[in-house]
Amino acid sequence: MTDDIALELTDVSHRFDKSEVLKSVTLTVRKGDITALVGPSGSGKSTLLRIIAGLEQPTRGVVRINGITVADERTWVPAHKRKIALVPQDGALFPHLSVTANIAFGLTDRKSAATGEQVKRMLDLVGLPNAGDLMPSELSGGMQQRVALARALATEPAVVLLDEPFSALDAGLRESLRDQVVNILHTAGATALWVTHDQDEALSTADRVCILLDGHIAQSDDPVSTYHTPTSVETARFIGETVSLNGNVAETGLSVDTPLGSVELLRHCAVGPATVIVRPEQFEITSPEDAQAAAIGRVVATRYFGHDGTVDVDIPNGVRITVRLHARLLPAVDSTVGLLVHGKVLAFRRDPV
Amino acid sequence: MNAKRGSRVVLGLAFASAVVSLVPLWYLGVQSFSTGIESFAGEIFQSRTFTLIVRSVVLTSTVAAGSVIIGTFAAWVTTLSGVKGRIPLTIAFSLPLALPSYLSAFAWVSWIPSLSGFTGASLVLTLACYPYVMLPVAAAMSRLNPVHEDIARTMGRRQREILKEVVLPQVRRPIASGALLVALYTLSDFGAVAAMRHEVFTWVIYGAYRAGFNPTRAAALSVVLVAAAIFITVGETLLRGRHYSPGHGEPERARMNRTSAKTYIVAAVGSVLVLVPAIVIPVVAIASWIGRTTTRRVEWATVLDATAQSFLNGSITALVTLALAMPVAWCAVRNTSIMARIPERLSYLTHALPGIVVAISIVYVGIRVARPWYQQTPLLVFGQVIIFLPVMIASIRTAFEKTPRGLEETAQTLGADSIRTFLRVTLPIALPGLLAGSALTMLAAVKELPVTLLLRPTGMDTLSTKIWDFSTISDYAAVGPFAVAMLLLAALPTALLGAMSALRANR
Repeated sequence: MTDDIALELTDVSHRFDKSEVLKSVTLTVRKGDITALVGPSGSGKSTLLRIIAGLEQPTRGVVRINGITVADERTWVPAHKRKIALVPQDGALFPHLSVTANIAFGLTDRKSAATGEQVKRMLDLVGLPNAGDLMPSELSGGMQQRVALARALATEPAVVLLDEPFSALDAGLRESLRDQVVNILHTAGATALWVTHDQDEALSTADRVCILLDGHIAQSDDPVSTYHTPTSVETARFIGETVSLNGNVAETGLSVDTPLGSVELLRHCAVGPATVIVRPEQFEITSPEDAQAAAIGRVVATRYFGHDGTVDVDIPNGVRITVRLHARLLPAVDSTVGLLVHGKVLAFRRDPV
Repeated sequence: MNAKRGSRVVLGLAFASAVVSLVPLWYLGVQSFSTGIESFAGEIFQSRTFTLIVRSVVLTSTVAAGSVIIGTFAAWVTTLSGVKGRIPLTIAFSLPLALPSYLSAFAWVSWIPSLSGFTGASLVLTLACYPYVMLPVAAAMSRLNPVHEDIARTMGRRQREILKEVVLPQVRRPIASGALLVALYTLSDFGAVAAMRHEVFTWVIYGAYRAGFNPTRAAALSVVLVAAAIFITVGETLLRGRHYSPGHGEPERARMNRTSAKTYIVAAVGSVLVLVPAIVIPVVAIASWIGRTTTRRVEWATVLDATAQSFLNGSITALVTLALAMPVAWCAVRNTSIMARIPERLSYLTHALPGIVVAISIVYVGIRVARPWYQQTPLLVFGQVIIFLPVMIASIRTAFEKTPRGLEETAQTLGADSIRTFLRVTLPIALPGLLAGSALTMLAAVKELPVTLLLRPTGMDTLSTKIWDFSTISDYAAVGPFAVAMLLLAALPTALLGAMSALRANR
């Protein structure tokens, strides 16, 4: 079991001066997986990455790489002995070295034939077989990032750390490059920890998603479970859009009374007042005469995004619900509509204030 | 005013400034060939001249090499090492700029007389010149992308290997351009080699001038010296022009790495080894002169007079230089025509003129053309302005470049004409740079020796001439008070500049 764990963090905490940046982080990364570490800015993502790389010593906790302890109370293996590779935001290619020299930088004998072979393999892998003699300044942003990945993979590291690798690129390029990078990582059989603040990037690329909120791991799951069964209101709100409703969990603990009537729960919840989380795409707009409609409301605003759109509907009791739907189904402002809820929802016990 | 006519007026002023600074070159041309090409060649192709060239080359390369080592080390200590107290350290390492080279040379020989000659000259000049390497290299180092060091570390490199493989290759150009600047200063330095009695070009030219004024020999040697200096300047300019900026803009995050104990030890030991001979020993030696002074009566009025005179001369020089430099810098930055680049290019040429050559040529011009001004303050200021104009133009240029064109255009769309735009937008933004440039010029003018020595009005004494007069007769007890006044006067702008550069690097 432990054989297929590439990286294991146990109870890692870190403070800068007075502020506690990481609070008891526990995290495992399986060999060959792409694990996304996602969290808002300032949640401690970059610090965690630096601790894993050995660039920062944690205040407390244990870090193991391939089963070997590299940091605990007595042990400290510095960065240059860890076999962890880093792909930073802007690629950070050495501007004074050619593409080939950049890729060969981490290899032991930089003049040997084996190194030449490895560089060539890496250039082929990232789809830049003829770029070896170019200087970084001659490459586009996307090419620089692929060379940075080649440089990281060339050393055959235990784990590749990608630190928001595409945040410097524009949206269109980002998406196509993301697919390429995922393919390259899988082809190379590499283990990757991919830091991002972009939830779509995390859900679409990773085998596993770890959500870092306020210095601790709030949830660690596969992408589908992360989206559909978040473990807290905060993680639900961080991954994907949500509509929050006040509700009251029934005696059985399996359904909840909401302004939209009684709705079935995905997961048991303690009886009593609760925050109910519904995804915008679970709603459907129907005619006010529809007998199945859970509620009748008035359209107060619509937003058009091209492929889809959102509608704000006010229902009685002063509740406003945002519904996502196909753009051509957007109703007119001020019209009266019916609302349907599809599927089960999640409720989280609200602590009495 | 019509915008086009306005820019023509500025261009005219710029050309006027450039022409002013070309006077010494004109003199050299006239003087060298006045007695025919043969006598000129006869002066140059002598074994004495050849020895002189070898001696100057050896001194210049020794000083440049030493300055590269010390300057790069100081830049590392004040930026990448992560050692605490960068601002005081930067100020401490910049302090040699406040110490005139002849003063520290006299301080060293008064303490160890056997030091005079090549050893003393190269020691004093290296310790005076390394800041010219340190400042540009520190600026480049603080612009380096810190992530490069992180990556190198994850790829198995230790601190020393990172310096060698990642940091130094990226600051090669500022190092080279700093080295060339040092070479230029060494070649044109007069005070230190004179104090150390090391016979290189400037000292021999001065000798030719003093010993019955052999103008052809002085001019011929000057031509060789100026040719070498122009050669160096062109090289430096080319290097600077092609200078690739390592990492564009500001690094995206501050260095978070802890500084190891070993780094602290290396930084501390190295800093002591540099700062003790560069600052402490000269200052202690000067203080010991004061000790000897107390045994006799000091004429404080004379000291005060000389200080006031130095301050006054320095201020006038700085103001005139600023006024002449502004149109040149403005044209170089904002006027896009090829004509507008010419005044700035011409100023590069005069950058290479050693003070002693400027001094002798102004003496000549004074006697021939401006007789009523000869040995009057205007001619002294004129000579100093020629020396300091190129540096002032460069620093004002940088200051003007801080104002994005778009900002000026915005002001104009808001109804401000070009003069109002300049006064309300460009000038306020450039002001810190203009002040820094003026402070630098004022400092240089106070320290300046050869031009002041040759062009001062009869009876006028400044701190530099007083120090020179007493030191050359080894009356150090008399020099003491003047030296201290010089240090105090020069330390002020130096501390200001050091603090400004440290703040910029830390931002």
